[in-house]
Amino acid sequence: MAHWPLLSILIWLPIIGAGAVLAFGRDPRVARWLSVLIAVVTLVASIPLYLGYDAISGGMQFIESHAWIDALKVTYGLGVDGISVALIVLTTFTSVLVLIGSWGPINKRVSQYMAAMLALEGMLIGIFAATDALLFYVFFEAMLIPMFIIIGVWGGPRRVYATLKFFIYTFFGSIFMLIALIYLHMKTGEFSLAAFAAAPLSTTEQAWLFFAFLAGFAIKVPMWPVHTWLPDAHVEAPTGGSVILAAIMLKVGGYGFIRFSLPITPDASQEFAWVIIAMSLIAIVYIGYVALVQEDMKKLIAYSSVAHMAFVTLGIFIALALVREHSNIDAARLGMQGAMVQMISHGFVSGAMFTCIGVLYDRLHTRQIDEYGGVLNVMPWFGGFFILFSMANCGLPGTSGFVGEFMVILASFQSSPFIALVAAFTLVIGAAYTLWLVKRVIFGEVTNPKVAKFKDLDAREWIVLGSFAVAVLAIGIYPKPLTDLMDSSVLQIVNALMLSKA
Amino acid sequence: MMIPFNPADLITILPELVLLGTTCAILLIDLFIKPSQRNITHWLSIAAIALTSFFVWRGAPELGQVVTAFNGMFKHDGISVVLKQFVLLTSGLSLFYARNYMRDRKLLIGEFYLLILFATIGMMLLVSAGSLITAYLGLELLALSSYALVALNRDSAISAEAAIKYFVLGALASGLLLYGMSMIYGATGTLDLVAISGLIGQVEHPGWLAIGLVFIVSGVAFKLGAAPFHMWLPDVYHGAPTPVTVFIGSAPKIAAFGLLYRLLEDGLGPMSEHWTLMLAILSVFSLAVGNVFAIAQSNLKRLLAYSTISHIGFMLLGFVGASPAGYSAAMFYIISYTMTATVAFGIIALLARAGFECEEIDDFKGLNQRSPWYAGIMAISMFSLAGIPPLFGFFAKLLVLNAAIDAGFLWLAIVAIIFAIIGLYYYLRVVKVMYFDPAADDAPVPLPSDLPMRWVISLNGLALIVLGIAWGPLIDWCNRAFGV
Repeated sequence: MAHWPLLSILIWLPIIGAGAVLAFGRDPRVARWLSVLIAVVTLVASIPLYLGYDAISGGMQFIESHAWIDALKVTYGLGVDGISVALIVLTTFTSVLVLIGSWGPINKRVSQYMAAMLALEGMLIGIFAATDALLFYVFFEAMLIPMFIIIGVWGGPRRVYATLKFFIYTFFGSIFMLIALIYLHMKTGEFSLAAFAAAPLSTTEQAWLFFAFLAGFAIKVPMWPVHTWLPDAHVEAPTGGSVILAAIMLKVGGYGFIRFSLPITPDASQEFAWVIIAMSLIAIVYIGYVALVQEDMKKLIAYSSVAHMAFVTLGIFIALALVREHSNIDAARLGMQGAMVQMISHGFVSGAMFTCIGVLYDRLHTRQIDEYGGVLNVMPWFGGFFILFSMANCGLPGTSGFVGEFMVILASFQSSPFIALVAAFTLVIGAAYTLWLVKRVIFGEVTNPKVAKFKDLDAREWIVLGSFAVAVLAIGIYPKPLTDLMDSSVLQIVNALMLSKA
Repeated sequence: MMIPFNPADLITILPELVLLGTTCAILLIDLFIKPSQRNITHWLSIAAIALTSFFVWRGAPELGQVVTAFNGMFKHDGISVVLKQFVLLTSGLSLFYARNYMRDRKLLIGEFYLLILFATIGMMLLVSAGSLITAYLGLELLALSSYALVALNRDSAISAEAAIKYFVLGALASGLLLYGMSMIYGATGTLDLVAISGLIGQVEHPGWLAIGLVFIVSGVAFKLGAAPFHMWLPDVYHGAPTPVTVFIGSAPKIAAFGLLYRLLEDGLGPMSEHWTLMLAILSVFSLAVGNVFAIAQSNLKRLLAYSTISHIGFMLLGFVGASPAGYSAAMFYIISYTMTATVAFGIIALLARAGFECEEIDDFKGLNQRSPWYAGIMAISMFSLAGIPPLFGFFAKLLVLNAAIDAGFLWLAIVAIIFAIIGLYYYLRVVKVMYFDPAADDAPVPLPSDLPMRWVISLNGLALIVLGIAWGPLIDWCNRAFGV
């Protein structure tokens, strides 16, 4: 297998498959089966990536490098470390579930929907595998197109507003990053991330570059106060779009911080780490409160995503502070590791939560919390799943949500007990808004006569939610394979943080 | 002074002679055929362009060599080869996109083809200009043909208005240009661009040169449609029959790039510190006017006209460094822009039919339900114009931004991207209308039976993806032309 360009296969199989679905998918059944087949093959192809990755030595593996554009020394450079492998497997896994989950709700222009999803999958894998900054940027921007179409065509009533806001907002952030990349290209003469990381940069340059990257990635994560596109996009997106958005696309922001901000501008990142940490803490507390008052289930989970993703940025930048100010490598490693586990866990949990909301929406065609009530009485299986994922969302031990948050809080404690205290506040507020949601939707008496007629999960929905449940529990109970996979890569990143570039 | 005639010069201008000869032959043939046989003219014109392209390829000078003819009046080098090939390509494309539309409107007359062919000869001359006179001759041949083309639909008031506007303002621009040229001639005593360049440091009255430069830049900016000299552009694009808009929106922009390069770099290169700043200011104006005004448009042709202005602003970013790499980036940009604009205008021509112009943005409502393929092609061209990777337009933007930053114009690059964000909105609006809005009726769009047109426009659209993924050879070609 080592001779196969595995990463290229993972990227291009779904993208070319998208073309095939468009070409042959005039019959919706063909489109559905073909797209799921392609996604499953991609998932299977990502297994050798996980198995073949040598986690002990870490570093970039499965490297592919071809000259793309000689004039600018752009390469088609791919490679993965433990972090990328975890995110790629998350992507291939979630994509299968999303495609299966879309069988029922998506009835118009099925082939276009499935094709957009597959193209999105390929581009996301491309983002996580690119070692060339321009290639990264190309995938980073190109994925806006299918998402724009997905929200705009199959979304809710205010879909046009939401999708335009989503596109322009994220484009706004990333185009500043493009200027930063061109500037770095002028400095180094190439576009490879390794060269960027090795380039000496003055503190002023680093500060500017840092903020350019921040504009791109903070909007993607999204961090408070540039998160406002996310609730709109989530509410209007179809279920599958929301799942991909929450489970994978938000991770691109966190991944970008690790791949760009930390290695390229370590000194500026240290200088401005307090900004990120402050923004993360505000998001954890303030957005938590905002989530509490939401009437719309999707909006609630969207805000909860913002709060949870703040743990990722907190973990990443607390690691930096720990290395630089306390020389505490072990704690830094813990923080970074926690951020990564939180990313993967949030991918599963938020994906599952949005799928659950989609299941309810398909039955009642509303997402207003007060329209529901007592769903457990008519949908026992569904209720069970919903409660499980809600527990994971509040970070109950034994679920994946606990692991990452706990590690990040533990790491922050070694930097400042105050930060840890504020971060730990999420356990309270997260539990408040999640459990209150469960109480209002799942428990209680059936008040709405339409809810009384609900049918429990069908086989297709069962497979999707069951798969998410397995993943959530597996990481919660035994996270070691995941942490082992990423450990040496995290260590390398943390060690690299010690070196100043100025 | 007697200029000796050298028969070898004729070999150098062989492509132009071939096109001139075939054009004259088509002129004669067209006289003798019935209107129902206009297809003969159509295919002969396309064949003439293809044949010329072949001779340009055959006669291309060796790498880095410059072949001159007629005592330096005519210049054939790597740059003119690239520009001529793309002038011919885009002219050919506009012929493909024209036949059906013009026939539906009873405008499919021989003059249409001949005017386009003569304009093409003018453009080929223009990009090979070695002296001020050749540049002016080529420009006027192009301009006069274009005025007539815009007025082709003589019963239409809006066309006539556009043609008058175009003519008056175009004549003004030519006047400015000519006036500037006379200043330069007065200061240096020569018309030869290379000689002018050599004399600039030692003229008696540098003030005349400066005034001449201002007039030349204004004149060329007029032709390019750079703000604040852009007033004619939206009206002309809107008023002209759509296939004529395809034509004047594409090939002449490439030629205008050639004019700008020949006059400013070949002729006034030593004064670059003055004109780079002028171009930077023109660029900012164009980006602002083009992007902001486009938002308010409801007519797609007008929208694309304003978008042209903004793209000219982007293209000028490549000039601000006055470096070969920058020119190469600008050339890549103008090629990318014209290739994309032909698709967008071509789709407007494709969807129009007898008695129905598909040029309001609302006419595109729900196109994805009615014709997914052409909606997709149009969406590709919109995303490419907006500069979204992996499409052609993104890499063009990347290159000119790179050139501007290399030249130390970081502020200009930031201004440009801010306007690019604003510009994104109206491109997305077109996609939104096609994909998200419901169609008035779900019946498939009646498409013309002109299969060659449909094939060519599809290939043109797909080329935007292919050239986005494999843009290496094209930028290498541009770089070689400028010796980068």
